[in-house]
Amino acid sequence: MTAPILSAKGVTKRFGGRFACRGVSFDLWPGEVLGIVGESGSGKTTLLNCLAGRLVPEEGHVAYETASAGTVDVHRLSEARRRLLARTEWGFVHQDAREGLRMGASAGANIGERLMAIGARHYGEIRRTASDWLTRVEIDLDRLDDRPTAYSGGMRQRLQIARNLVSNPRLVFMDEPTGGLDVSVQARLLDLLRGLVDSFHLSAVLVTHDLGVARLLTHRLMVMQGGDVVEAGLTDQVLDDPQHAYTQMLVASILPV
Amino acid sequence: MYVAVKGGETAIAHSLELLADRRRGSRDLAELTLDQIDQQLALAVDRVMTEGSCYDRPLAALAIKQARGDLIEAIFLLRAYRTTLPRFGHSEPLDTSRMVAERRISSTFKDVPGGQVLGPTFDYTHRLLDFSLAANGERPAAPTAPVDATRDLPRVGDILEREGMLEPPPPANSGVPTQDITRDPLTLPADRPVRLQNLARGDEGFLLALGYSTQRGYGNNHPFVGEIRFGAVPVSFVPEELGFPIEIAEIDVTECDMVNQFAGSHDVPPQFTRGYGLAFGHAERKAMAMALVDRALRAGELSEAVTSPAQNEEFVLAHSDNVEASGFVQHLKLPHYVDFQSELVIVRTLRAEVDARRQQAALDQAAE
Amino acid sequence: MPDTIPEQDLGDSAYNYAYLDEQTKRMIRRAILKAVAVPGYQVPFGGREMPLPYGWGTGGIQVTAAIIGRDDTLKVIDQGADDTTNAVSIRRFFARVADVPTTTRTEEATVIQTRHRVPETPLQDGQILVFQVPIPEPLRMLEPRETETRTLHALSEYGVLRVSLYESIARHGRIAKTYNYPVLVNGRYIMSPSPIPKFDNPKLDRNPALQLYGAGREKRIYAVPPHTPVKSLDFDDHPFEIERWTECCALCGSTESFLDEMIVDDAGKRRFICSDTDYCQERQEEQSR
Repeated sequence: MTAPILSAKGVTKRFGGRFACRGVSFDLWPGEVLGIVGESGSGKTTLLNCLAGRLVPEEGHVAYETASAGTVDVHRLSEARRRLLARTEWGFVHQDAREGLRMGASAGANIGERLMAIGARHYGEIRRTASDWLTRVEIDLDRLDDRPTAYSGGMRQRLQIARNLVSNPRLVFMDEPTGGLDVSVQARLLDLLRGLVDSFHLSAVLVTHDLGVARLLTHRLMVMQGGDVVEAGLTDQVLDDPQHAYTQMLVASILPV
Repeated sequence: MYVAVKGGETAIAHSLELLADRRRGSRDLAELTLDQIDQQLALAVDRVMTEGSCYDRPLAALAIKQARGDLIEAIFLLRAYRTTLPRFGHSEPLDTSRMVAERRISSTFKDVPGGQVLGPTFDYTHRLLDFSLAANGERPAAPTAPVDATRDLPRVGDILEREGMLEPPPPANSGVPTQDITRDPLTLPADRPVRLQNLARGDEGFLLALGYSTQRGYGNNHPFVGEIRFGAVPVSFVPEELGFPIEIAEIDVTECDMVNQFAGSHDVPPQFTRGYGLAFGHAERKAMAMALVDRALRAGELSEAVTSPAQNEEFVLAHSDNVEASGFVQHLKLPHYVDFQSELVIVRTLRAEVDARRQQAALDQAAE
Repeated sequence: MPDTIPEQDLGDSAYNYAYLDEQTKRMIRRAILKAVAVPGYQVPFGGREMPLPYGWGTGGIQVTAAIIGRDDTLKVIDQGADDTTNAVSIRRFFARVADVPTTTRTEEATVIQTRHRVPETPLQDGQILVFQVPIPEPLRMLEPRETETRTLHALSEYGVLRVSLYESIARHGRIAKTYNYPVLVNGRYIMSPSPIPKFDNPKLDRNPALQLYGAGREKRIYAVPPHTPVKSLDFDDHPFEIERWTECCALCGSTESFLDEMIVDDAGKRRFICSDTDYCQERQEEQSR
C-alpha cells in the first residue's frame, strides 16, 4: 500500500497576533493535484510556503515521502538537504516568473541549470534536453538563447515550468501559476499544465483564487477563509454542491462566461 | 557660550573671529605661503582645481589656505569664485597626444612604443613613515633622468583600434557646443559628454567607492589600464577676431584610458570597450575611478543589464557633486525647529492615543 | 633597474623580523593550517595594513612574512618576470625586513611569491608557491553578496558558475574565460586560482609544491596541499584547452612557454618573448654553451 507523498498535520503559522493558517491537515496521494482556494488574505500562499519548507510553522508537521530515502519531516531537514530536494524531487512555480528564473541567463541555461546541478556535463546534450523542453512548453526553438527579459509574461511562465520539470520532480508546488496573465494566455497555459501533470504523473499542490483554474486542474480542493480550512473534498463536489456559506459565496460570485 | 541660532549678529561676529584665529593658529609659527601650498601640497591643489572646475594654482592654493585644509570647503570657495568669472568661449578639445608626458604607463602590454615612463609616483614606495621628513632641511638631489620632451608616445588605444580590437572613440563634435553643466541644469537621461563633465568634477571618494564596487562584482566590466599619462598639454582657443587657433595656456592633466569587457556575439566580432577619465594636475586615482564609472554608466548603451549602483545614471550623477552633497547634509544644522515642533505635536498625540487604548483595554479586562 | 634607489630609514629596532609581529604571524599560520586541511576553502584571517597598498600583493606578502625564515631563499615574480616594478619592490622589502637571501632562479628558491603566473620550470617537493590574489571568491562576479557565496560553497551549489560557462559556449561557441579560470579542488571546493592565465592551470594539478593563496584586501587565505587534484571546469564536449601560439620566443626559441606580446613600433609590429624571464634566461644560457 502506497503512502501519501505529502502529509500535513495541524500546520499553524502566525504573524504577530494574526493566524495566517491554522490547524491545516491533509494527505496528498501520488498523482493527485490538490487545490487550495480562497480570496487574497485567506492564508493560502502562507500555507503553500509552509508545505514547501520555505516558512517554518509554529505548530504542526509536514512529512514528505522521498523517492528512495523514506519519509522526512520537511522542517527537520538540514538546509543542504532541503535545497537539494527543492532542486531535484520538487518544483516550485511562482506567480511572478521572475522569482523562479534567472532573468540574466538564457532560456537554455535556465533549463539546463538543474541538469548541471545533478551532474550533467555534456553541453550538447544539455542543450538538446533544454530544446526538447522548450518545445514541450510550446516556445519557439529560436528563443533558446534569449533571456527571459525578452519574453512575454506567458512565455516566462512556460519557461519557469520547463525549468522546474526538467529534473523530473515528483511533487510540484504552484502559486497562482496563471495569475496576472491575460485570459487567452491563461487558457493555453492551463491546457499545457494539465497535459504535463497527466503525462508525468505529477503530484501537485496548487494555490489559486480562480475557481475555473481549480476546476480544470485539481482533483481535490480545500477552501480557506481567514486562515482556516472551511471546506474540503473532491473538486467537482465542492464546486457543484458547496456546503459552507463561504464556499457558496465564492461559487456564486463566478461570472458566467 | 551657546546662543540659540536665531539672530545674534554679535554671536556670529564672534564666531568669525574665532575661525580666523584658528585658521592662523599659533602666531609663533610662520604663516603658510601660497607658493608653499602650491609646491609642497601640490596634489591637494590638483584636486581642488579638478573638482572646483577651475585651473588656477594660486587660487586653489588660496582656497586651501582659507579653508584650513578642508578640501571640500576649498573646492566650494573656488567654485563660488568661478561663478563670478566672465565666459568668453570654449577651447578646442585638448589634444593629449601632444602631451609632454612626465609619466606614461600601460598595463595591457609589457612594452609599448615610447616605453613605460614611470615618472614621479607613490606606486613604487613602501608606505613606511619617513621620520627624516619631520626634521626639515631636506634637499633631495636633482633627478638624474629629467623629462624627455622629445619622446614620441603613440597611444596604446590607437594601436589596438587599428587592429579593430578596440571600439573607436566617439567622434569629435567640434563646432557643436556641448551642454555645459555649470550653466544648465542636469537633465536625464544624460549623454556621455554630460556624464563625463559630471564625473570630472565629481567627488573623488564617491567615484572611488563606485569604481571599487564594480571591481567587486557590482556591475563588473573587466577593466584593464590601457594607458595612463600625466604631463603638460597646450590649450588652444580660436578667437572670433582671428579665425584661427592660438595657444593660450599650458596645463597639466592626467588621462586614463581603460580597456574593458569585450562586447560581441556569435556573429558580431567582439571588441574591447572603453572607459575614460581626465583630471587636472596629477590625479591618477581620480582619473581611474572616473574611467571605471564612465564605463559602468555605458551599460545601457552596450546592452548590459543595469544591476548595480555604479551603473545607475540617476544615482551616480545626482550624488557626485560634493559641494551639493556637503551643503545639503550640513544644512541639517540650520534651524528646523518649526518643522520639529509639528513633529513633536503629532508624536505626543499618537502616544496619548496609544496610552488611552491601553488603559481602556486594561479596564475592559478588569471588568470581565 | 638601477640599484641606487634611496633607502628609507627603517630603524633596526622599529620592526619585528619579517615586519609582522609574532602574534600576527601565528594567527596567519593557523589560518594557513586550516586552509591546508580543507583544500580550496577560503579561510578568513585578520589581515593587517601593510606598507604596500591593498591590491598590490598584501595578501601574498602577509603569507610570505608568516612562513619565511633566514634559511629560506625567496623569489618574487610579477607577470612571470623578476624585474617588473612590483616584484622588485616586494623582493627588496623582504630582503630588508627578513634578512633573507633572494634569487631569480626558480630552482634555487624555497619560497616563490607570484602575481598572475606559475613558473614554467616544474616545482619540487619542499617548495612553496605563494599566490597574490585580488578576488578570492570564484563566484564573486556572478553573485556579489558574500553571505550568499559562503552558503553556496557550503552546500556545494555551483549552478550559477556552470550556467555562466554554458552561456559562454552559447554566445561565443567556446568557454571564453582566459584567466582566473575556475578549478575544482580535491573534488569538493571550487576555487579561483588567482588571475593566472588558463595556460598555467594544468600546472596546479597534483603539483609537488605547496600552493598558498593570500588575499589581503578581502582577508582570505586558501591552499592546495602538494599532490592534490585540481581540475579546470569544462564540459565533456568542450574540454578545457590552454592557449597556444604560432610564434616562438624571439630570444630562446621556446614553443612551450607562455609568451608576452610586445609592440615594437607604432605600425603595430610585434615580437613574442617568454613571460617567465628566469626560464627564458636559462634556456638562452644552455643554448650558448
